[in-house]
Amino acid sequence: MTSVAFLLLCAAALLGTALLAVMSAHARSANSIVYGATLVICVAATTAAITALIGRGAPAGLVLPIGLPWIGAHFRIDALSAFFLAIVNVGGAAASLYGLGYGRHEDEPHRVLPFFPAFLAGMNLVVLAGDAFSYLLSWEFMSLASWALVIAHHHDPENRRAGFVYLIMASIGTLSLLLALGLLTGADGNYTFEAIRAGTRPPLTAAIVLVLVLIGAGSKAGLVPLHAWLPLAHPAAPSHVSALMSGVMTKVAVYGFIRIVFDLAGPLPWWSGALVLGIGGLSAVLGVLQALMQDDTKRLLAYSTIENIGIIFIGLGLALAFRANAMEAAAALAMTAALLHVLNHSLFKGLLFFGAGAVLVATGERNMDRLGGLIHRMPVTSFLFLVGCTAISALPPLNGFVSEWLTFQAILLSPDVPQWTLKVMVPAVGGLLALAAALAGATFVKMFGIAFLGRPRSNEAATAAEVDRFSLSAMALLALLCLITGIVPGFFIDAVAPITRLVTGGALPHQASQPWLTIVPAVASGSSYNGLLVFLFIASSAMLAVWTIHRFASHALRRGPPWDCGFPDPSPLTQYSGSSFAQPIRRVFLARTAAVHEEVVMPAPGDIRPARFSLVVSDPVWTWLYQPVAGAVEFAALHLNHLQFLTIRRYLSLVFFSLIALLSVLAIWS
Amino acid sequence: MELISALLVQMMQMLLVLAAAPLLTGFVRKVKARLLRRRGPPIVQPYRDIMRLLRKEVVVAENASWVFRVAPYVIFATTWVAAALVPTFATGLLFSWSADLIAIIALLASARFALALAGMDVGTAFGGIGSSREVMIASLAEPAMLLVVFTMALVARSTQLSAVAGIFATSDVGLRVSLGLALVGLIIVAIAENGRVPVDNPATHLELTMVHEAMVLEYSGRHLAMIELAAAVKLLLYLSLIGCIFLPWTLAGPDGLIASHVAGFVLYLAKLAVLGFLLAVFETAIAKMRVFRLPDFVGGALMLGLLGTLLLFVSRSL
Repeated sequence: MTSVAFLLLCAAALLGTALLAVMSAHARSANSIVYGATLVICVAATTAAITALIGRGAPAGLVLPIGLPWIGAHFRIDALSAFFLAIVNVGGAAASLYGLGYGRHEDEPHRVLPFFPAFLAGMNLVVLAGDAFSYLLSWEFMSLASWALVIAHHHDPENRRAGFVYLIMASIGTLSLLLALGLLTGADGNYTFEAIRAGTRPPLTAAIVLVLVLIGAGSKAGLVPLHAWLPLAHPAAPSHVSALMSGVMTKVAVYGFIRIVFDLAGPLPWWSGALVLGIGGLSAVLGVLQALMQDDTKRLLAYSTIENIGIIFIGLGLALAFRANAMEAAAALAMTAALLHVLNHSLFKGLLFFGAGAVLVATGERNMDRLGGLIHRMPVTSFLFLVGCTAISALPPLNGFVSEWLTFQAILLSPDVPQWTLKVMVPAVGGLLALAAALAGATFVKMFGIAFLGRPRSNEAATAAEVDRFSLSAMALLALLCLITGIVPGFFIDAVAPITRLVTGGALPHQASQPWLTIVPAVASGSSYNGLLVFLFIASSAMLAVWTIHRFASHALRRGPPWDCGFPDPSPLTQYSGSSFAQPIRRVFLARTAAVHEEVVMPAPGDIRPARFSLVVSDPVWTWLYQPVAGAVEFAALHLNHLQFLTIRRYLSLVFFSLIALLSVLAIWS
Repeated sequence: MELISALLVQMMQMLLVLAAAPLLTGFVRKVKARLLRRRGPPIVQPYRDIMRLLRKEVVVAENASWVFRVAPYVIFATTWVAAALVPTFATGLLFSWSADLIAIIALLASARFALALAGMDVGTAFGGIGSSREVMIASLAEPAMLLVVFTMALVARSTQLSAVAGIFATSDVGLRVSLGLALVGLIIVAIAENGRVPVDNPATHLELTMVHEAMVLEYSGRHLAMIELAAAVKLLLYLSLIGCIFLPWTLAGPDGLIASHVAGFVLYLAKLAVLGFLLAVFETAIAKMRVFRLPDFVGGALMLGLLGTLLLFVSRSL
């Protein structure tokens, strides 16, 4: 059986599981059956995808006689789709494992269980699709399944609002993708990706396609300014679904972008790279700044997803710019950085959302300011969450650092591009990326420090208990993968080499044959990094220090009350809270901007009222983009309302005149 | 044989860093005291402090977790590994290819990450204030440092520190505007990262403006010794970095003779003494800044680094 057929079978099995879940959602063992089945299927699909990626077989296709008449549905697997299939199914397997434990705490399992396998099937099918029609159909299926999961807890009005906003944004995204793929297929209606790839089109069309895909795939991935739905919708879903949406579904959107822009649209002008680069840089910094301001654990993680998507698009933008200038080696480096970050982010973001879900199960809290001290009550979760925090903060020897290091190396290769706009933009974006990396470190110090360290700020946090073994093993699996990709990144770089050859025409030098598994981005650059050795150095020098001190100096230890400069206060409210931790950075970066509104009410001397401080952090994109658009739509709807109450005669004349108008447009056009 | 001698040089550099770091701190303190017309403690005082701290028992707050106890070793190990990657008196470091300048910055960021978490572990207000200010300063200093590194890497066409130092020492790099900007940026970052005077006062306790000391307030005994040693190593690292990039001519080459190694060693100590003296003079001459004036100061380094990088994107010869 070919890998395409096998993976399609897996998708069909997932759909079958969804049907089974519909029928048996109220049964007591439904949770174990559904998540057990998805776990087995995802593991099988991961194996198939990795085999297809490493085996480097020729792209295989399959046509099923379903879908549009005479066309059928094409499915195809090449290196690019195999890589993303592996990411989808690793994420799916981890989420299923986590769901085995986490799902037991679900109040209404029948609102989650049927849609979870359907969502996984949708994501698999998007990546497998080999023609425009099945691609769009799967995309919409994936969106709807995830929407159903977002409103699973629909009793909360905030979740209903999140679902509403998500539905609108998903529709706009699908519409743009529909138009983009329509422009690519042209008037002949040959929908297969092979035919689109073979066709030629004027540069203007390619440019419009790029913008449409940026809107379509970018809104799903969470690029600024189309990100506003993401921090609402991702946290609203159950935590293992949040992990899938943030860690995996955004990657499916990245797949869509790479597939259409790099693979199908043909050569693009250099400014397409500048556009993508700029949007990526903005997303990275604005995403992480907003993340730092959040006190809700899951919303913080959702904003951090925007940051990481920004980092991925910086890599993609560099790759586009290099490719337009025929610099294959540099384009391959930028593309490798982006793909590796796709993998890394899917791993650590899944881990972190699982951790936030574990905290939610143990305490019922998402608000950091009611947590604290969890490291004593939930030691394993805390340790694994700390691994995730270290990885996402781009600290060696974990994996987040490797992909950011590669992105920096790609930036350092770009002074050779001839365009002045790029020459000015790339260092600025490099600065933004560096800023985002530093702020990400601050964000996750805040998250771990406030939620897990210190003293408990509420009774729930003080009485929390460790979560079940399934959840812990899912987190441990992802933490282990974070460490492996961090210390031996060479194997993963080699695995994506066929993809870079496919979409940029170049590839990095073979990494696994380097001495000591060092990674070397380009022969010419003379830079190298070795995660394994760095890891060994840190571990051995720490061990050496511990051993020396405990052997030759003191190892006595006494517990006492905290010192705190002689004035320890027993109230846990004297600790720093989430917003007070972020205050210096808020003041430095966001003072006097629309994003932050601080208000201090200071009563006059002699007045006995308490002084009050209030802080509102909002996303300015709502006020300057979404509200005007929503207002315009409402205005138009109000004023076009009377068109609903016309007589049949007037309707017919309306139809007639619009027909005349369209025909005359067509006549002038051609 | 070659491997053994290279390993020997590497080991010597690592031990030298560890041995010389407290001396440098003591020297800077001594010069500062003399400039203030005090006699000051002897230069070897930091060694005595560390030895005393190592022998003492550790008092840990009741609700401190394992993070609090592990962090000092993580801070020390990452700082030491970062320092081991900076050439002190010879360029031919055995493992220099395992991590470049970007990785050195990231290793120092790991140390800071551990320290900031340790500050928040006990759940006191002082720890929180220190951590939150530390990450604020780092959020500006770290990108500034990266942009400074970009400037140097674009000139040398490599981010590998040994390669950068080798190229700056041998080839005709000349005086460049971009490197001048990078030098000023690097000095500002070094001051900010080490908590020296206009940013933070290393000699103060119990003041609301303190940053580093607030985070380590709960530490005692061997834990505090590790942190103090790491801080000293970090200061040495930054001075060695400035020395090996901007005064690279004294470094012994990778295939140098014993004599050149000895000369390099002596000149390295001289470089450290000069830079430490300048640091002490600078610290004495300037007043400490308010915390919220710092973004202007460290942000200046960010802009200088950006300008340097931009100039090199415009023309490789600037």
